[in-house]
Amino acid sequence: MSIAITTQFICFIVLSLIVLIGAVGVVLLESIVYSAFLLGGVFMSVAGLYLLLNASFVAAAQVLVYVGAVNVLIIFAIMLVNKKEDLKPINDIKSRRIISTSICLTLLSLLIRVDLTNVWSLSNPQNSIREESTIRIGEHLFSDYLLPFEVASVLLLMAMIGAIVLARRDVMSKDISTGLPVDQELIEKSPEPLLTNKN
Amino acid sequence: MMNLESIPIQAFLIVSSALFCIGIWGLLNSRNAVRVLMSIELMLNAVNINLMTFSSYIDNNLIQGQVFTIFVITVAAAEAAVGLAILLSLYRNRVTVDMESFNLLKW
Repeated sequence: MSIAITTQFICFIVLSLIVLIGAVGVVLLESIVYSAFLLGGVFMSVAGLYLLLNASFVAAAQVLVYVGAVNVLIIFAIMLVNKKEDLKPINDIKSRRIISTSICLTLLSLLIRVDLTNVWSLSNPQNSIREESTIRIGEHLFSDYLLPFEVASVLLLMAMIGAIVLARRDVMSKDISTGLPVDQELIEKSPEPLLTNKN
Repeated sequence: MMNLESIPIQAFLIVSSALFCIGIWGLLNSRNAVRVLMSIELMLNAVNINLMTFSSYIDNNLIQGQVFTIFVITVAAAEAAVGLAILLSLYRNRVTVDMESFNLLKW
């Protein structure tokens, strides 16, 4: 990065604040739609942090994949399942909250302690390849990371087929378990769901 | 503070630690299944920030961390697609997204 260090600091502080406050909002906000859009903001700010770390290619990939694909997928899922429902109260919710919050705070304090006390063997910034990182990533992907690269393509194919198989409605005329005719409509069906008796 | 020549590595690591812990908290406490998936994405992003930081500060010539980040992004995209498909299939069967009612595998 060739911009001044003061500018880098200001960018870093603003981006980290957006990331952390946005993440807290994603977790805590009542409306799931607001959470999804805040999540998009968090992803964009993480891409900004990548730019501060001299990684333009990964920042672009982050914007394309996370904001362009994952976030849109999540918003579509919210549209498909967003039904107002009254959640059943859990009786031991308070103890659960206390336990999970203490676990998270303990983990956070441990991680921060490691971050601050460990002596990192930083490499010389003169060796940095700076804006050449895209070239270097390409070299890696087609030499020493060739097998993981190919396996990743197979993984994406499998995920695509799996998602289609899982998410489509049954095209069989009869339900396997109940023997009733299957509703082929695209709108949400109201008849009795299969597994609600086991609450 | 201004006499530093770059942002300290600890700053990035603390941001990523905090993001990871927020993700875990959301994973443990959300009752909406979509929010659970969003928390998982937050945790994956925290891991990515960590990898990118080490790649930039410790391995700034070979940048293997960036390659790892690309693989993590790939796996995260696949995970989101399959996770949301499972969610839709669950919603079709139980007509709810409440995590407390997904207890089929509970003994």
